[in-house]
Amino acid sequence: MIETQTIEADALPDSCVALVRDRQARLVVMTGTDERERGRGFGLYYVFALPSGEFVSIEAQVDPVRPEFPAVTRVVPAAHWYEREVKDLLGVEPSGHPDPRRLVLHDDWPHGLHPLRKDFDGRRSVGRDPHPHEPLTGVRGDGVMEVPVGPIHAGIIEPGHFRFGGVGELVFQLEARLFYTHRGIEKAAEGASVERVLFLAERICGACSLSNAVAYSQAIEDLAERRPGLRARIIRSVLLELERLYNHVGDVANLCAGAALQLGVYQGGVLKERLQELNAAVAGHRYLFGVACPGGVRRDLDIPAQERIGRECVAIESEFRSYVDALLETESFMERLVGTGVLDHGLADELGAVGVAARASGVARDVRASHPYAALRPGMVRPVVRAEGDVRARMLVRVDEVFGSFGLVRELLRELAEVGPAELVAPIGPLPADRWALGMVESPRGENVHWVMTGASGEITRYRVRSASYNWALVPFAVAGNLLPDFPLINKSFELCYACLDR
Amino acid sequence: MLSLLRRRLRLTTATSRWPAVPAPLIDRAQPVFDAARCDLNGACAQVCPVGAISVDARFALDRARCISCSRCIEVCPTGALAQGLAFAAPKRTRNELLEPAGIAARGEELAARAHRVLGRSLNVRHLDAGSCNGCDWEINATTNAVHDVQRFGIDFVASPRHADVLLVTGTVTRNLEIAARRTYDAMSTPRLVVAVGACAASGSPYPTGYASGEGAASILPVDVFIPGCPPRPEAIIEGLLLAVGRIVSTR
Repeated sequence: MIETQTIEADALPDSCVALVRDRQARLVVMTGTDERERGRGFGLYYVFALPSGEFVSIEAQVDPVRPEFPAVTRVVPAAHWYEREVKDLLGVEPSGHPDPRRLVLHDDWPHGLHPLRKDFDGRRSVGRDPHPHEPLTGVRGDGVMEVPVGPIHAGIIEPGHFRFGGVGELVFQLEARLFYTHRGIEKAAEGASVERVLFLAERICGACSLSNAVAYSQAIEDLAERRPGLRARIIRSVLLELERLYNHVGDVANLCAGAALQLGVYQGGVLKERLQELNAAVAGHRYLFGVACPGGVRRDLDIPAQERIGRECVAIESEFRSYVDALLETESFMERLVGTGVLDHGLADELGAVGVAARASGVARDVRASHPYAALRPGMVRPVVRAEGDVRARMLVRVDEVFGSFGLVRELLRELAEVGPAELVAPIGPLPADRWALGMVESPRGENVHWVMTGASGEITRYRVRSASYNWALVPFAVAGNLLPDFPLINKSFELCYACLDR
Repeated sequence: MLSLLRRRLRLTTATSRWPAVPAPLIDRAQPVFDAARCDLNGACAQVCPVGAISVDARFALDRARCISCSRCIEVCPTGALAQGLAFAAPKRTRNELLEPAGIAARGEELAARAHRVLGRSLNVRHLDAGSCNGCDWEINATTNAVHDVQRFGIDFVASPRHADVLLVTGTVTRNLEIAARRTYDAMSTPRLVVAVGACAASGSPYPTGYASGEGAASILPVDVFIPGCPPRPEAIIEGLLLAVGRIVSTR
């Protein structure tokens, strides 16, 4: 059960800050909705998690005639990007927001158009405003230079625009313009069938596909009050750890690319490839698409598949150990990582960092521990936490979590072997009207939250995805004060998805 | 560094022997179709989440749109649709991906073509025009030691000015359309465009609208379409080799 406080919009900042201050709550997701068709206004939902794991939702309606509310960001900084999204996508103004610039919509998007309003037809194409506005602020002063990078980068990576301001190689400020791969997935989900949205959820992000599919499925299962059977839940957990493994192993390898250590890139890349071929062999897909569905899983892991996972994991774990040992002995590499790209603990905590980035800065957030899901039980996963907050800490958190995941896979396979054949999908009936629910999964990058609301006839009327790549809001803080050539290294140590963020 | 070299000495060759040996068979490849068993009941077209199937006077599957979700196979009552195991072949035109024909064996032909182009240098520039990053990670995987695209004389370059081929992923979103056009314009001629994956090849699976576009061909002249969601690294390499073959044949 979620504790709900329905309040006046004017009271939002006070209520939210009281929750954070008095009950040590943490903002998990915030979303806005257009409920005008249902005789209401614009809805605002701030969902917090208490240390006990329980959720508290603070909800308010905003007058559609004067769509404005006092920004919660002023007192709960973690709300900053959410409230900018509400402004862009719904045209509901967070007054007093310290940074009211556009976030999702780009410069040339016309004024006064808000794609998530119900009277905006998502299928239409929108012309470009000939008068772009809101340029990046930048740094000014004697000897200061600006280095623009992207959106198309030199490597095989996703698009984003970075503006570095600094003197010489020293970066004072990084501004990132993202949302280039915004595909309108949340809009496309509105009114679409539960199954259609599943295929969209799987394709929010290739590298976190299963995490997103499971988080979405959990939200639907919560709405439908259905829980998948034990076998399906164990399969989900095994495959989610395989997803973490190929990502984490690959991310360690890619960190080597950030420091031009080619041998490290190649050797780690071979291990990642092996893990992805394991995915293909046991689940039919190198990125685990088409595995999860609301109510359970679409594929079984039969005994040969279980044995193959067990066998491969033993072999790859020992190879990964020797690989990491070799990296740790490579001082020229490790020295680049120490003290580079430090994310301050207080900042990480207050701005709502999640995942590897949070844990490497001493913030013990791991959904697997705080809100165990699928086949996980309390105590099965203990967050790997380090204090330093630098690139090395983020690497070592991943390394420890790789070994943790191998252990978890072994444990889960033992449990799977004891569960007989079973129905893999609990049928999901029509969803109840006018309700919302959320699903949470610890993706390789951190906490992914999927918030689903139904309308008057139980159809999906709002789908909000807050992936761990919301950590992008933190990257500029870790870059300031570092050298420009260290940016690729810092960036790869966060290893966030653009697609996950942009949707 | 020495420790990594020592480790390397102990390792055997990681590189795959494809295309001399076939790529692994994966049971979530695109469906194979047996026209003799099809009674045009249309169940497949109804469940297809991306509108890749139409059943009017005859069954038609658009392999450019197909995301290999296998829902059509699950609901087909006659067994006309069955699970394919080999990745769908890249084609030079969108139309060739519309046929309901099965997937022919291509190993020898491909090996011969690879042999012809070996030694020739082909520079490729990757362009993410709004994807889920699945295709981009697979393009990345073509450069790992296992798939090792460089053994075919293909290399990725940092600038479109150095590139012969533009390898496009994604639907061409509103926010990337201008950058995509500029990237193409920055290339010198002759230049080729290869569309990677369902998004770039057709705009599927995201609905076209205010944010998402209709694929690479909506703004650029595409020379090769590589189906798949995402295509395997071998499919991407095969698509690049097909693109090179085109240059050879038009000479």
